[in-house]
Amino acid sequence: MNWSNIFEATLSAFFGVNAMYYAIAAIGLNVQFGYTGLLNFGQAGFMACGAYGLGMTAHYFQISFWWGIAIGIGYAVVLGLIMGVPTLRLRADYLAIVTIAVAEVIRLIVRSVRFKVYVGGSDGINEFSASYRRLSPYVESGRYPLSPFKAEGAVPYVMLAAMLAIGLVLGAATWNKLGKRFPSVPQRAGVGLTGVVWMLVLIAASLRVEYTGYSLWTVTVGWTLVAIFSVFVWLLMRSPWGRVLKAIREDEDAVRSLGKNVYSYKMQALILGGVIATFAGMMFSVERGSVQPDNYSRDLTFYVLTALVLGGAAKISGSIVGPMLFWGILAFADVFLNELVKSNGGSVEVFGIQLIGNISQVGQIQLMLVGLLLILLMVFRPQGLFGNRKEMALDGR
Amino acid sequence: MADDLTPAAAAAKAALADVTPEPGSKKLDPILIANGVRRTFGGITAVDVDHTEVQRGSITALIGPNGAGKTTFFNLLTGFDKPDAGTWSFEGRSMEGLAAHKAARLGMIRTFQLTKSLTKMSVIENMKLGATGQVGEQWWKGLFPFMWKQQEAEIEQRADELLARFKLDHMRDEYAGTLSGGQRKLLEMSRALMARPKMVMLDEPMAGVNPALKQSLNQHIKGLRDEGMTVLFVEHDMDMVHDISDWVVVMAEGCIIAEGTPDQISNNPAVIDAYLGSHQGKSLLEDL
Ligand SMILES: Nc1ncnc2c1ncn2[C@@H]1O[C@H](COP(=O)(O)OP(=O)(O)O)[C@@H](O)[C@H]1O
Ligand SMILES: [Mg+2]
Repeated sequence: MNWSNIFEATLSAFFGVNAMYYAIAAIGLNVQFGYTGLLNFGQAGFMACGAYGLGMTAHYFQISFWWGIAIGIGYAVVLGLIMGVPTLRLRADYLAIVTIAVAEVIRLIVRSVRFKVYVGGSDGINEFSASYRRLSPYVESGRYPLSPFKAEGAVPYVMLAAMLAIGLVLGAATWNKLGKRFPSVPQRAGVGLTGVVWMLVLIAASLRVEYTGYSLWTVTVGWTLVAIFSVFVWLLMRSPWGRVLKAIREDEDAVRSLGKNVYSYKMQALILGGVIATFAGMMFSVERGSVQPDNYSRDLTFYVLTALVLGGAAKISGSIVGPMLFWGILAFADVFLNELVKSNGGSVEVFGIQLIGNISQVGQIQLMLVGLLLILLMVFRPQGLFGNRKEMALDGR
Repeated sequence: MADDLTPAAAAAKAALADVTPEPGSKKLDPILIANGVRRTFGGITAVDVDHTEVQRGSITALIGPNGAGKTTFFNLLTGFDKPDAGTWSFEGRSMEGLAAHKAARLGMIRTFQLTKSLTKMSVIENMKLGATGQVGEQWWKGLFPFMWKQQEAEIEQRADELLARFKLDHMRDEYAGTLSGGQRKLLEMSRALMARPKMVMLDEPMAGVNPALKQSLNQHIKGLRDEGMTVLFVEHDMDMVHDISDWVVVMAEGCIIAEGTPDQISNNPAVIDAYLGSHQGKSLLEDL
């Protein structure tokens, strides 16, 4: 077994492109589903808005890439209105039905032959990320190790400082969870200590990770967006606006009776979350330089939802760490099983029962393993990893 | 009893003294007037109110057996349900077809028979939600704490005062879901007050409240009148109705069958007949 392979693959998945754009989509979904309780099953549709916004602009309209971002946001707003106007006055389930249907309709329209001239049919739109790539400060084919000890000039210090900063943020979060167990350790020392531990973990993790200039650019832009949207949502949710949303999640009528326009708040949440998700679609498409309609199917919606629930709904940390773990676990299962099959000479048996007959079955077992993990999580931690157990316990009282 | 009346109580009593005790009687200074309000559910007529007026600054009790249509009438007046027919006005402004949140903004705040405390929010957050006209409730302003921090502090101070008054201050930072049934009723009522209503409509505020709390709740409701609010409340306990209300409206099978001061109502044979006849045992006048 090549453990360092497994470790490396898992880590790159943690901070990789997939985790990044899932995190953006999950932050958006968190506004809708986590905080407001809106059952939006059409997040893939919102993501497609961004992808096609960029793709169509660059490829067909022949105007600046920056307009594409504005157009993508515009599409998302319109989509939010289409989904919300007929349903947000009704019971919650209607929104679920309509969002899942509308997202599918969008996918079927953009892949249809009839509209091929505008949106490229099932081939999608390709080769439109030139402007995005030109913005990159990195050499596209260059290799960029993530380890601070392999860089030159001032870069290592910047990287170490960044790792310390991230470490301290993680440390504060960890200490909030652990603090009560070590009452004798003062708060600041505890945060600092766990922060340094996190920094060391990050450094250790970075030692063997290496990106191409191209991926590094996407990862940089993407995780910066994740950070911006996290702060944005965090600010919103501690404001009186966020308070109204959380109240709506619990009981719309109570909120209405206090003079708040519930319909309007739900619409705002749906659209804001959708616009955030649009950026996920943009990042995804621009990284590949192509938009394929079938990437924006129901699967995507439900994977994002799964990732969010895994991390814990109605928590900023949940919406970021959930997607990271989701992809981390998938990558781990994939590489681990592959290594296992290889080192066992082509098949795996447990107690004499053949589990994996040949290497092509790894994919299925991988998903089964992830499913099993999720079931275990729901049994032992139904609120998700970062969710609030106390709040969960108040359900149905 | 008459010797310890507050000025507001005395004024309400005086205003209603000369009103004829009959269904739909005219009040001196009505804050709420309803005409021909009707609501049917399939075959049953849940509400069919010809005419009724609520005197400003008074405490009016709405009583009637289960299924009389009291809650439905509340829902209609506050925009939570739409009538088949009828018009009503609040402070001279027509309220037909007005959405619930708009009715609330006009100053007509209601509570619910089944309490709607937001269980996963703390008591103080519940309270702060009640305040109207919050700058930070617009999302683009919510992003910038300096735009709403000042107002938030004022709201919080008022919330703390109300919590102290309703003896909920020790639960301030607990989840509302940890409160007892009676405390939730108190929370819902004080949350309603955060909106600075002109008229408070309480649907069975005493249901599930223990006797000790009931007494203080009584005092609180009287306190609302002293502060100039009009109170319309649904209640089953006739002792309490007698104790705190200036006027009583009796509903049965959707219609208003009697109106009058508590004394006039308890001696009204039509009321006793109407109830005990058709709703033996379940009557809310069984305490009479
Ligand atoms: N949503 C509804 N659908 C059907 N019937 C209803 C509905 N709401 C109330 N009713 C009926 O209307 C009548 C009045 O109910 P309600 O207003 O709750 O009475 P009260 O509050 O006086 O006990 C009852 O017969 C009840 O069954
Ligand atoms: Mg009722």
